[in-house]
Amino acid sequence: MISFCTFTIQIMGMEKDMEQLFQEKIDKEIRIEPKDWMPEKYRQTLIRQISQHAHSEIVGMLPEGNWITRAPNLRRKAILLAKVQDEAGHGLYLYSAAETLGISRDEMYEQLHSGKAKYSSIFNYPTLSWADMGAIGWLVDGAAIMNQVPLCRSSFGPYARAMVRVCKEESFHQRQGFEILLTLSRGTEAQRRMAQDSINRWWWPSIMMFGPKDDESPNTIQSMKWKIKRFTNDELRQKFVDICAEQIKILNLTIPDPDLKWNEEKGHYDFGAINWDEFWQVIAGNGPCNKQRLDARKKAWEEGAWVREAATAHAAKRAQRLAEKRA
Amino acid sequence: MNASLINYTLHLADNALTIGHRNSEWCGHGPVLEQDIAISNIALDGIGQARNFYQYAASLSGNGATEDTLAYLRDVIDYKNLLITELPNGDWAQTTLRQFLFSTYQYFFYQQLEKSTDRQLAAIAEKSLKEVTYHVRWSSEWVIRLGDGTEESHKRLSNAVTELWNYTGELFIPASYEKELIATGIAVDLSVIQPLWQQKVSNVFSEATIAIPDKSFAQQGGKEGIHTEHLGYILAEMQFLQRAYPGAEW
Ligand SMILES: [Fe+2]
Ligand SMILES: [Fe+2]
Ligand SMILES: [Fe+2]
Repeated sequence: MISFCTFTIQIMGMEKDMEQLFQEKIDKEIRIEPKDWMPEKYRQTLIRQISQHAHSEIVGMLPEGNWITRAPNLRRKAILLAKVQDEAGHGLYLYSAAETLGISRDEMYEQLHSGKAKYSSIFNYPTLSWADMGAIGWLVDGAAIMNQVPLCRSSFGPYARAMVRVCKEESFHQRQGFEILLTLSRGTEAQRRMAQDSINRWWWPSIMMFGPKDDESPNTIQSMKWKIKRFTNDELRQKFVDICAEQIKILNLTIPDPDLKWNEEKGHYDFGAINWDEFWQVIAGNGPCNKQRLDARKKAWEEGAWVREAATAHAAKRAQRLAEKRA
Repeated sequence: MNASLINYTLHLADNALTIGHRNSEWCGHGPVLEQDIAISNIALDGIGQARNFYQYAASLSGNGATEDTLAYLRDVIDYKNLLITELPNGDWAQTTLRQFLFSTYQYFFYQQLEKSTDRQLAAIAEKSLKEVTYHVRWSSEWVIRLGDGTEESHKRLSNAVTELWNYTGELFIPASYEKELIATGIAVDLSVIQPLWQQKVSNVFSEATIAIPDKSFAQQGGKEGIHTEHLGYILAEMQFLQRAYPGAEW
């Protein structure tokens, strides 16, 4: 009995040392690699964050995929298709990064399909016009970049490296989106109307992409200590608003916020109140497209089951034939 | 002669665009993430090839034609693609089989077109051949995998063969505008590539344990502007913005 107790205490003592060591590495900006010791909570937080990010890339293909077959000219069609394909690639890098933490891609899909895992709420809004391809690129990819550039310095090596590749492509996405809006803004009256309507619909959801206010984001402190997160939600949101408030001038359109105003004293733009009720409703599943998006993912997965089974069966047959030949 | 060359170039462009458009419908809905990327890539190649051919056709046409007026402002009657390229995707078996049948055709076709006396067509063929070589490899692997996979995949592939086979005859029937260009060495002599295509298809089918149908009837007309009902819907969707907002820049 006694020896058992000492043993436990020793283990706990070791765990504490390990955790201290771990934090020291983090503080010294030494990357954590999959084989390194890490606190269970760190591992779980990362699995949640990376898989959620991967799911966002994959679900994010749907609203833009909605316009590939209707793109207005061949150049735009090719760019949009390439862009949506990039998002699939991002999903792939991120699923691979998450897999290094001991979860399989199939398990992550299951969590997505069952609703256990979340994805970015922004993709639960519909794409109603071609201008939405512009607004998504400019605002949604723009907000994603703001969130993701700091993740290139994430303390977890595989995530940081995946993000370096992702961010390079995201900046191209953002530019092509802005260019779509710029073209529309210099076009006909109908095109300007299309562009303004799109910004009206995408502005606030994009602002919400940075997540709840800092005082309602309980995980932020730990995540910052672990350097999984480098800036708070509100810091990033402010940066984003400051940039967009300048860029909208080039478009000669308006951001749908009467309270958006330069604040000389703060050196930042002030902006209006966010409708947090809408934010929580969409997270709870009541966005305009939550069901549609998840159904589309589940349908692709279920209808692909026989294809994946066939590939596995064929690979097994080949391996067996090869073994027989050798014997 | 110039009219025939324009029609022939449009035929090649329309082939590449319609199959590219169809494949792009898979983007975001593929059975495996890696394959979603692969089919989107093949779709992109198709659209890229189409643009090269349309740009050339536009330069031959003059009159302010551009790649986009040709793709977006012609109706069904003027589209000259092979019928097989406009058929709906069906399931993964039908999509990959269609790709295999068509890419194999395109592969031997571009090999000949590289030798065309028309330097522009030859250059586009040369550029496209690298892409098509990959398409043939990718799609033949899928045909083999599905044919020699599970009972269900075998059945689905067989169904796809039944569905598509009657559309393969058209690949080798020259259109009116094509015949005179074959005589001058501009267009590909289809009778040269037919046996090559048959050989390759029969090899891959045998590895896939799938029989080549012994009877077939060649559905045709696409090259002359007589299409299936499907093309009208492709164009309605694809051309929507250009038609709804005439003259706008995008
Ligand atoms: Fe992305
Ligand atoms: Fe992203
Ligand atoms: Fe993106």
